[in-house]
Amino acid sequence: MAHFGFDRFSAGPLWHNGPAPGGIYNFPGRQVEDSGRFIERSKQPITTGTSVIAFKFDNGVEKGVAIASDMLGSYGSLARFRDCRRLFKVNNQIIIGAGGDYADFQYVQSMIEQKNIDDECLDDGFSMKPKAIYTWLTNVLYNRRSKMDPFWNNFVVAGIQDGEPYLGSIDKLGTAYVDNIIGTGLGMQIGVPLIREAIEKKPAMSKSEAQQLLVHTMEVLFYRDARSFPKYQIGIVTPDGVTISDPLYLDNQKWGFALYKK
Amino acid sequence: MFRNQYDSDVTVWSPQGRLHQVEYAMEAVKLGSAAVGIKNKTHAVLVALKRASSELSAHQKKIIPIDKHLGMAITGLTADARMLSRYMRTECLNYQYAHDSPLPVCRLIANVGNKMQSSTQRYDRRPYGVGLLVAGYDDQGPHIYQTCPSANFFDCKAMAMGARSQSARTYLEKHLLEFPECDKDELIRHGLRALSDTLPNEVELTVKNVSIGLVGEKTPFSILDEQETAVYLTSIEHEERRGGGSSGSKASKSSTQAAGEGGPQDPEVAVAMETD
Repeated sequence: MAHFGFDRFSAGPLWHNGPAPGGIYNFPGRQVEDSGRFIERSKQPITTGTSVIAFKFDNGVEKGVAIASDMLGSYGSLARFRDCRRLFKVNNQIIIGAGGDYADFQYVQSMIEQKNIDDECLDDGFSMKPKAIYTWLTNVLYNRRSKMDPFWNNFVVAGIQDGEPYLGSIDKLGTAYVDNIIGTGLGMQIGVPLIREAIEKKPAMSKSEAQQLLVHTMEVLFYRDARSFPKYQIGIVTPDGVTISDPLYLDNQKWGFALYKK
Repeated sequence: MFRNQYDSDVTVWSPQGRLHQVEYAMEAVKLGSAAVGIKNKTHAVLVALKRASSELSAHQKKIIPIDKHLGMAITGLTADARMLSRYMRTECLNYQYAHDSPLPVCRLIANVGNKMQSSTQRYDRRPYGVGLLVAGYDDQGPHIYQTCPSANFFDCKAMAMGARSQSARTYLEKHLLEFPECDKDELIRHGLRALSDTLPNEVELTVKNVSIGLVGEKTPFSILDEQETAVYLTSIEHEERRGGGSSGSKASKSSTQAAGEGGPQDPEVAVAMETD
């Protein structure tokens, strides 16, 4: 036993501030290796990504889920990293998009990749489905928040579950829901109403129409969200598979609405 | 007490390269009453013969439901089967809790196989004395798996195990090509016919001694009740009884005789897999 601390498994100290029976007395005032007794918790995110937006489309011919996020890694209000990919392909039927702490996202990403490797090693033809990964992520995030040490992320799971589009969202508390339109952060406030309006006007959307709607939504989000960036990616999941675009740029920005602009 | 000097514990090899304790455990499976498993393209069926220890007692349960998509028939030591079924239920529940989807059948069986193997390689343990016929349904369709005390497991088109089950396997082999195309009801009837082939002449299949388990596409695993079982039993009632094979019991008889006569040499235990 490396550390003779007082925990609920060992006997109490022999006298006040003394060692446990069989333990070693730590003389006061000396530097004692005591790292095991302290726990670190995340109290705020450090390098962050902003919103993720996604929605299902289905016009009878083409169906799937479209998802987008920009590529900025903010350091507080500083636009520090400009090539952070926040959409990632899990397998041929799932994309996960992440906002919030980028390091936590990378950690969760590596866990999911390990799960993929485990599945592949079994070589039994089974791979994770969107609902399975959504439920698993919910459990992981809820477990961490219950340790008072959350993964500071918003995750959006987009995929095809048994031939049908699937879209779900999980936040750092493990709060989870599935919906036809999902936005995180400012994407929820600004992006979702725009998408909702467009879908009300045209419920049956093709893949390219869905893509155009995402471009428009990302543009508006860039105008209004101070932590956003004009470089972004779009991911599409259909029964045929997953595509995640190369970085795209918002060209032809129209700042005419800005009152301060001369 | 010992039949030879190489069977006192599982980890000792005989000079012929055999593990006698494991082979004896395989024999325990043949003592249990018979069970049959068959599948078509959409369903998997278990049909098992239940025994009652006396006229006064009820019949012993033979089919254990594990999860919504999975159940199994047991042959051999019931107590060992209960250990394994508890393990399997826990595995299924944990997977269901973490992923909100059923555990693929092949993964569960691989885990059970690993669990059973560990007791065949430690001197302080013994092999599980039970064979399982697992019927399950997942994204890859219906499955019938057989596991043995030797910790082998097999993905089967159809299988029978237990006392006098050779006759049932003969029936299954003869009709193997019909199974994939036939419907669920015909599948159950095939199971009952295979099972009835294992019966001695004086015994008949009744609603009391037959247990039928069914699982399939949009059909959660269930054990048919007596009314449902009766329907299937009456549908094969008029059929002529085929020559009830007794090859299974003959084989075991000859093996014990050989062992009895045997001098210092190894006893003639039947082959490691009775299905060989």
